[in-house]
Amino acid sequence: MSSPASRAGMSGRTTQDPAATAPPRRLLALLGSPPARLVLFALLALACAAAYYLINANGNINFVLTYRSQKVAAMVLVGIAVAISTVLFQTITANRILTPSIMGFDSLYALLQTVLVFVTSAFGVGTLSSAMNFGLSAVLMVISSTALFLWLFGGPRRSLYLMVLVGIIFGTLLRSLATLLQRIMEPNSFLTLQSRLFASFTNADPALLPIAAVLVVAVSLVIWLRSDELDVLALGRELATMLGVNYRRTVLIGLVGMAVLVSVSTALVGPITFFGLIVANLAYQLAGTHRHRYVLPVAALLSIITLVGAQAVLEHLFGMGTVLSVIIEFVGGIVFIVLLLRNGRQR
Amino acid sequence: MIRVENATKAYGTSVVVDGVSLELPTGGVTSIVGPNGAGKSTLLSTVARLLPLDGGRISVAGLDVSTADTRELARVLAMLKQDNPLTVRLSVQDLVSFGRYPHSRGRLTETDRALVRTAISYLDLEGLEDRFLDELSGGQRQRAFVAMVLAQDTDYVLLDEPLNNLDMPHARSMMRRLRRTADELNKTVVIVIHDINFAAAYSDQIVAMKHGRVCRQGSPEEIMTSEALADIYDMDLQVHEIEGRRFAQYYF
Repeated sequence: MSSPASRAGMSGRTTQDPAATAPPRRLLALLGSPPARLVLFALLALACAAAYYLINANGNINFVLTYRSQKVAAMVLVGIAVAISTVLFQTITANRILTPSIMGFDSLYALLQTVLVFVTSAFGVGTLSSAMNFGLSAVLMVISSTALFLWLFGGPRRSLYLMVLVGIIFGTLLRSLATLLQRIMEPNSFLTLQSRLFASFTNADPALLPIAAVLVVAVSLVIWLRSDELDVLALGRELATMLGVNYRRTVLIGLVGMAVLVSVSTALVGPITFFGLIVANLAYQLAGTHRHRYVLPVAALLSIITLVGAQAVLEHLFGMGTVLSVIIEFVGGIVFIVLLLRNGRQR
Repeated sequence: MIRVENATKAYGTSVVVDGVSLELPTGGVTSIVGPNGAGKSTLLSTVARLLPLDGGRISVAGLDVSTADTRELARVLAMLKQDNPLTVRLSVQDLVSFGRYPHSRGRLTETDRALVRTAISYLDLEGLEDRFLDELSGGQRQRAFVAMVLAQDTDYVLLDEPLNNLDMPHARSMMRRLRRTADELNKTVVIVIHDINFAAAYSDQIVAMKHGRVCRQGSPEEIMTSEALADIYDMDLQVHEIEGRRFAQYYF
């Protein structure tokens, strides 16, 4: 039934399209099949870690290795948590621009931390241990994101876009509330809080590392095992429902997992707004497939490569001249703007 | 059989589907026609459980769509909406393979692959398997989505304006394919369609909706009269008979 006219129209397009898309695709094809790419990125990540460990490793070798191990562990955990939570969130919302941090999920965490410190000091309970504090905040995070979910999806149907908008406004509100509480807080508690909220890769709390590791590994594994379902979820609510995915249940599981991962990464190194955005979008480009089975680990590995590699360069080449998060935010901000502009032009 | 009992659906205060009761027999092609805003697409979406009902009951092959297991329903009923924006970059092959998800949960067997190939060739998409959807024309894209729905291999296939974006040759071949799908594969095909002449030429039954209610239901011969169409669309038009077939002339 395909008429000569339509064939001609088609071939008119084919001569034009590959010319426009071929060069980058051929370049990316050099990376090989998705499994091969996965191995390649794993090797790169190992190389980055090795470089970070071994360059300039002089002096008390035991001290150097312990100190660096803690930092690498923090970077790896944060890297995985940010990558998985971002890809997950973007799959759930079927968009590639918004991330949990842009939506203000880490502001929620900051507010919960602030409130916890505020309340404990006001009632003279003394300060909670950092692990206790983290645990409580993480539980509250999961509860609040679930509540947000139920409010948005229970009862009359509201759209995901509304949820995203509400999230952005909530984020600002939460940040302002946290700032308000910090202003009227007793100075000593403020110092405690500050050390928790303005953490960076160089001073992540070592006491949190074991529990963070368990959580990140467990949640990431649960999410990764649902990869096939996530592939379908990425088609959007209607197609996913049509294809027999229990949409509400899958989204709920995803949001709870995301809440745990965001809590972990924010607790370890504080909010990093744009990092997830870069890593997730790089992973979509470099994984060579849309399948979450590959996209999720590739995103996690790219995230580790970026963090550990950049930290190695910063520490060893530039003598800590600047802070990693500043560079990440700068590059990430540019990526965000580019994505917004490109998306705007397409539609 | 698709059984709709007193189905009601409102967006806010505006009632879009207003107590519709309808029985569509198994097999054959049913066209739902009617003016814009008559509730055709909404009705189709509620049948496909994409929208929850505010009142009433809908069952497909004996399964209540609001309570039955969604995975079980996905093996009985497939639906394609008018437009399906995607954020994921998929090839035609990837998209059509998703049609097998209700059966294989992402692990394609040899049977699944064969069905995907059949669906692709059925919609004249051979040679385009590895092209990404964003590199296709609107009509090719539309056909790729229909191929996905056919690969799902369900007894009931609901399509919301399947002729969207299609030129005359592809529109006709789409209708022929749907007819063949019903006749040869014994599927129940329900479509929402605007072109009344296409509807009359290829359907066994036409359901006309107006203001959220079913205003007429019958064979193409019963619907294709000047009086019936004038009543459905609130416009004057003439039905002519050419070579034994009825055509509505509404261009002038």
